Amino acid sequence: MKANRISLTFSSLPQNVTVARMLASTIGAQLDLPINELEEIKVAVSEAVSNSIIHGYDNSPDNSVSLELEVSEDNLTIKVIDTGCGIKDIKQAMQASFSTDPERMGLGFIFMQSFMDDLQVESSLGSGTKVTMVKRINRQHPSSH
Amino acid sequence: MKKRLERQTLHLYVDGELDMKTASQLKNMIDIDIDKKGIRTVVLHMDDLHFIDSSGLGVILGRYKKLLPLGGQIKLTNVPPNLYRIMELSGLPKIIEFSQEETAL
Ligand SMILES: Nc1ncnc2c1ncn2[C@@H]1O[C@H](COP(=O)(O)OP(=O)(O)OP(=O)(O)O)[C@@H](O)[C@H]1O
Ligand SMILES: [Mg+2]
Repeated sequence: MKANRISLTFSSLPQNVTVARMLASTIGAQLDLPINELEEIKVAVSEAVSNSIIHGYDNSPDNSVSLELEVSEDNLTIKVIDTGCGIKDIKQAMQASFSTDPERMGLGFIFMQSFMDDLQVESSLGSGTKVTMVKRINRQHPSSH
Repeated sequence: MKKRLERQTLHLYVDGELDMKTASQLKNMIDIDIDKKGIRTVVLHMDDLHFIDSSGLGVILGRYKKLLPLGGQIKLTNVPPNLYRIMELSGLPKIIEFSQEETAL
């Protein structure tokens, strides 16, 4: 399996959340990941990108979100990066049911954690947030090319 | 999205993907019928729903919370099996009534 890298930068618009999760699941499909794992990837990407738009940029459409996909022998690594407001307390933000928005359930990070094999969050107030998620690729048959 | 009004009950046939964009449309649609038409029971038919994330789940829980003090309720029916896991993780089935309808042949 050849290494592959894709990056996409898009406006912080709600309809681009669909674009981001479709791209990630297309790459997952090329790696022959099972359908349930493709669905998990879609949820995780949707959560991270929605968070950037909703929280990072307070729903303002004039900013950019980046999605970076990296395929290696064993992993699909997905990064979602914004240059928004940042997270004050990452540990608290990642707890179940924690949300700074009373209308929300505080499930996003829980889904990213449950559906991916690894989750790292880096953030600093005023400069932005980077979420790095990893899905392991279990290759049943050693690739011959 | 197809909808049907039956006395004080709103039936919505939720299809496609429920994410931050479509969930806010769903929210507005339900809230208008609660506020303007006096709807007190909302039934979401999920047969043709392919995807849901926390924004969609949040809107469902939010309608539950809005209807509760009005003596109303929200119910989910025919949630596709591939969405069971995310539903379970969200805790929604502990709060909201889920049901499975026989599909007409
Ligand atoms: N990219 C981000 N920029 C700034 N704050 C963020 C970002 N991502 C998450 N947060 C903060 O972390 C909190 C928890 O995020 P999480 O996705 O778990 O829940 P939520 O978005 O509030 O609710 P839900 O995901 O259920 O709609 C958010 O309420 C927000 O305060
Ligand atoms: Mg979120």
